Amino acid sequence: MSTYDADALGWFGGAGAFGGRFMPEALIAALDELDVAWREAMADPAFTGEFDRLLHEYAGVPSLLYDATRLSEHAGARILLKREDLNHTGAHKIRNVLGQALLTQRMGKTRVIAETGAGQHGVASATAAAYLGLDCTVYMGEVDTERQALNVARMQLLGAEVIPVKSGSRTLKDAINEALRDWVASVDETAYLFGTAAGPHPFPSLVLSFVRGIGDEARQQCLDQFGALPDAVAACVGGGSNAIGLFAGFVDDPEVAIYGFEAGGDGVETGRHAATIFAGSIGVLHGARTYVLQDEDGQTIESHSISAGLDYPGVGPQHSALSAAGRASYLPVTDAEAMDAMALLARTEGIIPAVESAHAVAGALRVAKERPGQTLLVNLSGRGDKDMGTALEWFGLGRAGAQEQGEQG
Amino acid sequence: MTASSTAFEKARADGRAALVGYLPAGFPDVDGSIAALKAMVEAGCDVIEIGLPYSDPVMDGPIIQAAAQQALDAGVRTTDVLRVVEAVAATGTPTLVMTYWNPIESYGRVSGRSHGRSGVERFAQDLANAGGAGLITPDLTPDFAPEWTAAADERDLDKVFLVAPSSTDERIAMTTAACRGFVYATGIMGVTGTRQATAAGVAPLIARTKATTDLPVGVGVGVSTGAQAADLASYADGVIVGSAFVRTLLDHAGDRTAGLAALAALTEDLAGGVRA
Repeated sequence: MSTYDADALGWFGGAGAFGGRFMPEALIAALDELDVAWREAMADPAFTGEFDRLLHEYAGVPSLLYDATRLSEHAGARILLKREDLNHTGAHKIRNVLGQALLTQRMGKTRVIAETGAGQHGVASATAAAYLGLDCTVYMGEVDTERQALNVARMQLLGAEVIPVKSGSRTLKDAINEALRDWVASVDETAYLFGTAAGPHPFPSLVLSFVRGIGDEARQQCLDQFGALPDAVAACVGGGSNAIGLFAGFVDDPEVAIYGFEAGGDGVETGRHAATIFAGSIGVLHGARTYVLQDEDGQTIESHSISAGLDYPGVGPQHSALSAAGRASYLPVTDAEAMDAMALLARTEGIIPAVESAHAVAGALRVAKERPGQTLLVNLSGRGDKDMGTALEWFGLGRAGAQEQGEQG
Repeated sequence: MTASSTAFEKARADGRAALVGYLPAGFPDVDGSIAALKAMVEAGCDVIEIGLPYSDPVMDGPIIQAAAQQALDAGVRTTDVLRVVEAVAATGTPTLVMTYWNPIESYGRVSGRSHGRSGVERFAQDLANAGGAGLITPDLTPDFAPEWTAAADERDLDKVFLVAPSSTDERIAMTTAACRGFVYATGIMGVTGTRQATAAGVAPLIARTKATTDLPVGVGVGVSTGAQAADLASYADGVIVGSAFVRTLLDHAGDRTAGLAALAALTEDLAGGVRA
């Protein structure tokens, strides 16, 4: 059993290490039902064929692998971008959601609930629900509904009900709590479309099965287009679904280094960050044992990031296992570094990344200094349209003569 | 026979169900929660559940979550919870802690990156030293509880796991086999304080549970009135009330005397209910 695969109880890295299922008994039957239905579906060519067809015909997958030559000149290393930002709805999230929504339909359930931070998963869930004719409710922290108002509107236009969560820190972790509470009361007709490769077993494994195409495609594209594997791969890590999807393609290639970049916020030393693996400790949050930002009493500490999508005090248990095994390195990238990288990518390649993905670009720029001339594959997990308000505020854009401020970032 | 199961047996011998009362520790403040819990004991609670306030309470509805958050905002620590346990257990009433799992794993954490699970042993010992009867664990099922099982067994602490209407017969049997003290039957599919449990609704679960164990079965989640307690008491060995007590204190915020009087009145109503 590798650190990457779960055992029957959902443990990664050995029994009791990471993962598992710390959930109310009321939800165990639903998790078991989901586990069985998912395994049966993945073994059914009719299901996997329909999933592949939807990815290709609806979501625009496989996404491009792009050789970012101007960014590479700047970095001093060759940077390849896996363009998940070009997928339908603008992020890797559509892969996971189409898989889970198809599974919902197969299980005969009529309603989906989802939690969202930045709104990407909420928009993807609302999209899949609309496409498949499912009712959709999205829980979103009140703070996030304010900083991602455009995505709230998109979800509503797609027919979803968006419920602002006013408890706790009013961000992603509280949206997950509220979605779980809804699920406890509605489990007969409702599926919970978990937004990342975290949570109780089988969600981490299930989500990986739907997003692992990112890494599998990228690996094959590297071989086809460049005749070699990259020296390193990099992705941003909040809950960690885009990262685990990318890493899946390379985890069994020991010559490929793996980097996950967490949200360093104002700087890890300030305490205002979301660098869960780098600066957290092992605990149980949202149904899994994993690294958690917590105080000495095991109370969750609020995370901070300019990116709502990375603003989460937990992380998927596979990442914890990969870190503990030394297979992947998890490092923090500050808000400022990420925003600088966002501007740099925009101006060198004409690509505006999501602030989440900008963390991966910033991290790769740092890695490039340690690996000059090598090839680094970066997952560009989402596009930056949703983050223009953040960019406007950060760079002081949106008024004539402001461009220079953007460059100074 | 543990202190909890003895209390249930005593109630059964009286031809009634036991009344189990819940409040989070540190709500409205640490001393206030001690006074409130003692008032509930004096007014007729047979068993006390003390909630350990937690930042991410998945099974709790808005009422209990608000109270727990108030306690956390005021700086309540796990050591304060144990102080409340000690004070209430000193009354002679079996006193359990209801807690989400992470604070137990993390108890007594020394450094930021240390592995938390040795906390289970430390907490079990300190709970036993405080006179606590055991734990009720809403997000820990027996199949993921080897550390707690070992620590509890070593100290004869009660292990109260939950069964739910959605539980399979196999899981109910597995759960009751792991329980000590009593079994906590979830009255509704939902979180605390949101919907009302009914005897008709919960009776099948109680019957399925009793088919696997001689342990007493208490019904919690969705119980708030004396009439409801009376309804449920004809099927269950115990009736567990939480949100209604919390709501009573919230309704009298700022007037402790009136809050305690209202709490005593509610307890008496519920205690009458389990005797009806």
